[in-house]
Amino acid sequence: MPEALKTDEILVNMGPQHPSTHGVLRILLKTDGEWVRQSRPFIGYLHRCAEKIGESVSYIQYVPYTDRLDYLGAANNDIGFALAVERLAGIEAPPRATWLRVLAAELNRIASHLLSFGTFGMEIGAFTPFFYGFREREGILTIFDKLCGARLLYHYGRIGGVMRDITPAAADETRAFLDDMETKWEEYNALLSDNEIFVRRSANVGIIPADLAIAYGLTGPPLRASGVAHDIRRAAPYLCYDKLDWDVCIGRGLKGTVGDAWDRYWVRMLEIKQSLRICRQVLDGLPEGPVMAKVPRVLKLPANELYFRTEAPRGELAFYIISDGSDKPARLRIRGPSFCNLSIVGEIARDCLVADVVVIVGSIDVVMGEVDR
Amino acid sequence: MMTTNFVDIINLVLTWAGGLVGLDYRVLPQLARTAIGMLIACGALIAYLGVLTMIFVWGERRVAGRIQSRQGPNRVGPQGVLQLVADGIKFLIKEDVIPETAHPLLFRLAPMLVLMGAFAPFVVLPLSQSLVVSHMSLGVYYALSFAALEVVGVIMAGWASNNKWSLYGGMRLAAQMMSYEIPMGLAVLTVVVLTGSVNLGEITGAQQGAWIFSWNIFRGFPWAFIAGCIFYTAGLAASKRTPFDLPEAESELVAGYHTEYSGMRFIMFMMAEYGTMYVISALTAILFLGGTNGPIPQVVVFGNHTYAQAGPIASNLIGMANLIGKAYVLMFVMLWVRWTYPRVRIDQIIFICMKVLVPFGIVCLIGAAAWAVLGL
Repeated sequence: MPEALKTDEILVNMGPQHPSTHGVLRILLKTDGEWVRQSRPFIGYLHRCAEKIGESVSYIQYVPYTDRLDYLGAANNDIGFALAVERLAGIEAPPRATWLRVLAAELNRIASHLLSFGTFGMEIGAFTPFFYGFREREGILTIFDKLCGARLLYHYGRIGGVMRDITPAAADETRAFLDDMETKWEEYNALLSDNEIFVRRSANVGIIPADLAIAYGLTGPPLRASGVAHDIRRAAPYLCYDKLDWDVCIGRGLKGTVGDAWDRYWVRMLEIKQSLRICRQVLDGLPEGPVMAKVPRVLKLPANELYFRTEAPRGELAFYIISDGSDKPARLRIRGPSFCNLSIVGEIARDCLVADVVVIVGSIDVVMGEVDR
Repeated sequence: MMTTNFVDIINLVLTWAGGLVGLDYRVLPQLARTAIGMLIACGALIAYLGVLTMIFVWGERRVAGRIQSRQGPNRVGPQGVLQLVADGIKFLIKEDVIPETAHPLLFRLAPMLVLMGAFAPFVVLPLSQSLVVSHMSLGVYYALSFAALEVVGVIMAGWASNNKWSLYGGMRLAAQMMSYEIPMGLAVLTVVVLTGSVNLGEITGAQQGAWIFSWNIFRGFPWAFIAGCIFYTAGLAASKRTPFDLPEAESELVAGYHTEYSGMRFIMFMMAEYGTMYVISALTAILFLGGTNGPIPQVVVFGNHTYAQAGPIASNLIGMANLIGKAYVLMFVMLWVRWTYPRVRIDQIIFICMKVLVPFGIVCLIGAAAWAVLGL
């Protein structure tokens, strides 16, 4: 019998310029034909020295920098940082500001999940949900424009409260959007979730078992899709989440296995619905009062350290601040959820097809801004 | 049944034109007249391919826009119809970029082969009963066999680009297109068995008479119906359209096998894609949907006159309207499907072909053969 045909493994580079990696990410694939034997993500292409800049800039000045970490869920970032600094400084934001922060955070969660829905569909080849997701996102961005003057990077949550009160016009527009989004959710669900091709591409792909998810420090929708009901808004409540009525969404393996890519997509879709619920409750129960507490012009924090975590759309966004009594932090460490979420790609994306790598990265939904900072 | 073809019509026209000018066209020997007629016919076909591409790229962009809740191109010309002219000019004046490490001969040859493979079946595709360049007795098989030439061209493009992603696209495409020729052939065989001939004209002729129910999908129900679905789906895969467009999957391979191509060479690939789409649509219309036969038989339309007595021009126009209408509707469905469905993975594509379409195709073939034997 003649000796077998000699085959070689190919080293292929996916990125950093690639239409589907979410930002500048480079994944090195070692493939045997179409089968990926090994994959390694390379990061650092978007490093902007955010943490180092934090050491030379005061707390109040640093808030806009936090917006730019996860630029798709910006409201969550600046609110999280403001909360951390307020905790250290002993400042209490007024209740109206707290509720408005929840509104901004949840609206941004909807926007971020809509974008993830659109890009995930586009990577699988369905071009249309991307446009539909962006059409709804336009509604949210217009609301934010009315709320705080910016569409993407808000600087709405500030140390001590929020920047501006919500006008009745903006509140009406938000209510109209929430009603509209309910019907649109049904539409998007009908378009993509049960589509045979979509299910075949994403179910049973990139299965992350619960213990592996916890071992790699996954948080957010990827963790909840693996069946672990861990949501920081419930586990360590901040703002007024413990006063509101909402559910933690976990993946149940409806189309395949618990923790596959379809589950991660489905958890995000369910979270959109929960966020709509929260936004309605916030608008109905908004307390009266000022929106900004008294904050000194030069804010000096006592020597202390605090690790404060929030639930960003992509997972646990935490700020570890070491203050030394001055108005600038001694060390500002940002725990970006996408950094840990991305680390699992090297473990999961093996013995799969090249097309599956795209699906896996898309379902984990990373934003390189908070991976590289 | 008409046996005149396009070359005859051209000769008729040239004779008449020669008569106007005072020259006698028939002085030229038969061979020269045929050669001139064929050259003009080829030129007309190329023009038709170009016009087809223009119409359908415009249609694709507008349809895509409307499906995606936006407008397509609507600035250049009324309703954006001249957008394609503008794009064509843009592609023509682009710099001809060839990667330094690409294979010089194969890189240039690949788009031509792909275009040939897509374009050659046009010779046998009718526009109406007598507007066909050649009433080939092997009509359908001539059309299907050129899909294999496209495969060679695509592998060449993927390899010669010297780009690993192009190579992926080319290899995927080779597997996909070659696999899907099998169910296409089986579906065609079903119709051939029902009709008893491979000639497209005879297949069309066998589908006339009983209103819409003489169309093959109803005549050979259920075998021809299933075979029609198989043929159309397999044709979608052969023309690399979504949901089977993995070889040119934008989100994974940038542009797959035609990543490194720009300008006119890229347009050749695009024209080949739309050409194949049209070939598949037209073949589906002819083989399964009655071709030039409309839902109302010509006997009813023209009273008691038969085809020939109705006047060749009138019956040809009606036939053309029928055929073009069906083919274009099927192409619109291709566009519609592209913007609705996600993409199927390559192993799933091959699974669908080998484990779903081929068994069904074989069952249809056996069923049709049984019916032909039983005289149904």
